[in-house]
Amino acid sequence: MNALLLAAAAEEQPPLIPHLDELVIGLIAFVIVFGFLAKKLLPNINKVLEQRREAIEGGIEKAESAQIEAQSVLEQYKAQLAEARHEAARLRQEATEQGTAIIQEMKAEGQRQREEIIAAGHAQIEADRKAASASLRQDVGKLATDLAGKLVGESLEDTARQSRTIDRFLDELEEKAEAVR
Amino acid sequence: MSADQTLAFDPDCHIFTGCGFPAPGLHTFMYEPMFSVGGFDFTKPMLLAILGSLVVVGFFWAAFNKPKLIPGKMQMVGEAGYDFVRRGIVYEIIGKKDGEKYVPLMVSLFFFVWMLNLWSIIPLAQFPVTSLIAFPAGLALIVYVLWVSLTFKKHGFVGGWKNIVGYDKSLGPILPLVVVLEFFSNLLIRPFTHAVRLFANMFAGHLLIVMFSLATWYLMNGLGFVYAGASFVMVLVMTAFELFIQAVQAYVFVLLACSYVQGALSEHH
Repeated sequence: MNALLLAAAAEEQPPLIPHLDELVIGLIAFVIVFGFLAKKLLPNINKVLEQRREAIEGGIEKAESAQIEAQSVLEQYKAQLAEARHEAARLRQEATEQGTAIIQEMKAEGQRQREEIIAAGHAQIEADRKAASASLRQDVGKLATDLAGKLVGESLEDTARQSRTIDRFLDELEEKAEAVR
Repeated sequence: MSADQTLAFDPDCHIFTGCGFPAPGLHTFMYEPMFSVGGFDFTKPMLLAILGSLVVVGFFWAAFNKPKLIPGKMQMVGEAGYDFVRRGIVYEIIGKKDGEKYVPLMVSLFFFVWMLNLWSIIPLAQFPVTSLIAFPAGLALIVYVLWVSLTFKKHGFVGGWKNIVGYDKSLGPILPLVVVLEFFSNLLIRPFTHAVRLFANMFAGHLLIVMFSLATWYLMNGLGFVYAGASFVMVLVMTAFELFIQAVQAYVFVLLACSYVQGALSEHH
């Protein structure tokens, strides 16, 4: 044990009683810290933190507006695309309809022409038949009377022709033929 | 550097030499003045307190003097510390709106206390200034004065007293008991415990480190070297532990300061 320790022991005081000198120094030391921080350094950094917050928020706003713009452009594009699709579909539909109509028309025209031709043919045939039949009737009547004249030896031509006998005979023949057919 | 009483023992004093263990004690916390001006004795803890405040100011000066939008390394660290106290303690306890005014005080308190604690394990300093009751008492006094003045400013004279003693009619017959208890608890005991909590933690921590350090030296003789090794390991362990406790105690001190301010600002229960 040396003198220093003994001196210290003699000076010992209760540890929970503040030493006034130390209290004063402690308060001064704290006031130095508080003064610098509160008056200068923390306001400094607060300003910058605020600026940074604004910068970040500005950036976010910018990004948001860009996104909204991109969204609207995308929607526009989609709308245009849909419109074009509609248009194409409409055109295709129209073409199909037109094609169908044309085909239909052509068919009808063909049908009509065919019927016309057939009808003309029929009329021609009928006319020919009638002409043939008339000339036949005449020829057959003539032949028959000629033949009968030759058989009986005199001309029966006029009387026979004037009578309706031959005609009736021929009509009967025709009727028979009809009935057979 | 200073008349450090913890070294005021015979360096030749070892075990097995008939020399008793020079146990640390209250004298470990007593310092001979480095110099005296008039009647004022300037001691090592005082020097450390002043140096500590300069270190804190220096750090924040380097970090925040010319702050930039995109922070450098120093500013980043400073901002992290600032944010820890501001958001982690003040906003949490008092709230953002009411608390903003007290952020500078709480930030100063936290880093000042932490630095004074940190001296404990910084070579050459090796003394937690806050293990002298005067330093925590001064800081607790600041918080106490703030709390009392805020209470009366916010609630008026009668309302302030009601706030302090926890006056609440709905308590009925136990109201007088509550009033007496709260009066003592809030007005008299609380500033005391606020200071002593910090003081006692740092006091005990320093005592342990000194004890194991002295024991390491004292045991360095013959067979004692084995024990000296164990003792030295304890020095390392306690130093690491103190590093943790120093931060925790600074945090607790500021946390309590905030909760007192919050109590003064809140409507009485």
